[in-house]
Amino acid sequence: MHETFYEVMRRQGITRRSFLKYCSLAAAALGLGPSFAPKIAHAMETKPRIPVLWLHGLECTCCSESFIRSAHPLAKDVILSMISLDYDDTIMAAAGDQAEAIIQETIEKYDGNFILAVEGNPPLNEDGMYCIINGKPFVEQLKHTAEHAKAIISWGSCASWGCVQAARPNPTRATPVHKVPGLANKPIIKVPGCPPISEVMTAVITYILTFEKLPALDSQGRPKMFYSQRIHDKCYRRPHFDAGQFVEEFDDEGARKGYCLYKVGCKGPTTYNACASTRWNGGLSFPIQAGHPCIGCSEDGFWDKGSFYERLSNVHGFGIEADADEIGGTAAAVVGGAAAIHAAASTVKRIAQKGDDA
Amino acid sequence: MSTKITAHKEEAHYIYEAPVRLWHWVNAFAIVALCITGYLIGKPFPSVQGEASDHYIMGYVRWIHFASAYILMVGFAGRVYWAFVGNKHARQIFLPPIHKLGFWQGVVHELLWYAFIVPEPKKYEGHNPLAALIMYFVFLWGMVFMILTGLALYGEGTGMDSWQFDYFSSWIIPLFGQSQDVHTWHRLVMWILICFAITHIYAALREDIMSRQSLIGTMISGWRTFKDSRKDD
Ligand code: HEM
Ligand code: HEM
Ligand code: SF4
Repeated sequence: MHETFYEVMRRQGITRRSFLKYCSLAAAALGLGPSFAPKIAHAMETKPRIPVLWLHGLECTCCSESFIRSAHPLAKDVILSMISLDYDDTIMAAAGDQAEAIIQETIEKYDGNFILAVEGNPPLNEDGMYCIINGKPFVEQLKHTAEHAKAIISWGSCASWGCVQAARPNPTRATPVHKVPGLANKPIIKVPGCPPISEVMTAVITYILTFEKLPALDSQGRPKMFYSQRIHDKCYRRPHFDAGQFVEEFDDEGARKGYCLYKVGCKGPTTYNACASTRWNGGLSFPIQAGHPCIGCSEDGFWDKGSFYERLSNVHGFGIEADADEIGGTAAAVVGGAAAIHAAASTVKRIAQKGDDA
Repeated sequence: MSTKITAHKEEAHYIYEAPVRLWHWVNAFAIVALCITGYLIGKPFPSVQGEASDHYIMGYVRWIHFASAYILMVGFAGRVYWAFVGNKHARQIFLPPIHKLGFWQGVVHELLWYAFIVPEPKKYEGHNPLAALIMYFVFLWGMVFMILTGLALYGEGTGMDSWQFDYFSSWIIPLFGQSQDVHTWHRLVMWILICFAITHIYAALREDIMSRQSLIGTMISGWRTFKDSRKDD
């Protein structure tokens, strides 16, 4: 008999009271009504625990760092007790061969029934030699475990899109999980962000573990409940945007008054994430609230769009780096100039012809 | 089919029917409004002071953009419909005969005319081949591109489950990678349309004066008149 979530938690020293509190919190985080708390509790008391393997490829561990700082200590304790038992090379106690053995054990015991959480991504150049886990390229570990997993969670922008290690010119060919050639065809949930918000991470795991199904995903594979709106749609500085009140420079009057950060490069209008509603560090703040424009860290390729402090992106190619207005303005000036010269030449020709006719 | 009547001594041909003319001018004004407001969306006016609730500058700029966008889209839909039911000239910018050698010879002749190499252009009832070619490749596809990317951006505001999001944003944004690139391309193609408009207006003015036929008057009244009755070779 497999243990239930509840049994695991109790074994980890979590009281029944804390457990019930956690269930209410989880229901709230998932946007479910209070009536769902008992349902979550019931599920956790009766369902066998689903193991999670948490792999690390090329990454900076900011996802793990975010995760263990979940606002409510309870959420983190509960979730960690549910998953740390299996494999997560950053926070588990086991090391070396013993640790690697856990992967094999999990695969054998729970074939097709465990969740594979991936932080970071595999580099594919040189047969994956730029990221070695236990003497083998990470990409092999990833493919092997994916083969037997029930579903994959791509943690953070690395696993979801590639992030900084895949930024131009991507020398190691770091590749996001869903683009790894030959990866088993399993459902992939992307939870992008650099890092993702901890409440979002814990809520996604809780949802899958308790409801035994994946949350509804958008067309790019992100859970709709957290990624269906842009920062801009929920930003508390939005009234200043609509009014036309902008921070023009970081030390101006507008900056002190908390005007909209659009002109200093805010990517809130093009970034899908929950920062503006969930905020960070227990709802304390988020970048825009601290006076810094959103850099769009949960969007694909956000490193390659030019300065974080410019509203318009750079266009690559044509052997130049310039924004749409620099390219288009130049083209329009050339066309306009050519038309003017052509008009002058046409006038000269006409006058000359008139002269001939006369 | 074009109706031929003989007015005065010279021939006049009815080329652009009323819906095409109406569309041309409504569309031209909509595009001017879209370019100005679009430019200001990416590079807004200098910041204003005071209470946020006292101003709605960005709001109005965006509102004019979206209102003009809907006028442009409805007009475009009407223009496409007219291509089916209108006269043969209503189809010209949709179907340039690029499979015909004669068409390309016409394009070359027109280019030579613009390069001051041949002394005079040929006469055309509808658009000259060079104009038809550019209207098809630059203008028509530029419009389609702006409408598709514009609706994709619009759907981001109306949100998931709106028709703009479901039919446009949901596949166009992943196609480009993310929303930021859709913005960038929407802006780049605006500049292409601006280049088109500069060339188009210049050519219309020049040909009105220098070619053998009426131009601007034709887009106002629908009638094409020729300045001479010589045959083209
Ligand atoms: C010829 C036609 C058009 C031109 C020249 C044009 C131009 C522009 C430009 C330059 C921008 C700013 C892009 C940026 O820097 O982020 C913009 C934004 C936008 N356009 Fe257009 N556009 C056109 C048609 C349309 C259409 C048909 C729609 C459909 C509804 C549309 C919807 C939008 C939306 C939603 C935005 C984003 C507004 C925002 O970010 O607040 N546009 N347009
Ligand atoms: C002062 C401004 C403008 C003038 C004087 C003007 C003039 C004309 C003229 C004379 C024609 C007929 C050409 C011919 O007979 O071969 C025409 C056609 C056309 N113009 Fe303009 N135009 C103006 C602005 C614009 C703008 C801003 C656009 C869009 C960017 C535009 C798009 C078109 C198109 C698409 C046609 C083809 C119409 C068809 O066949 O359905 N025009 N214009
Ligand atoms: S600060 Fe950024 S997200 Fe907020 S309203 Fe301004 S542009 Fe939008």
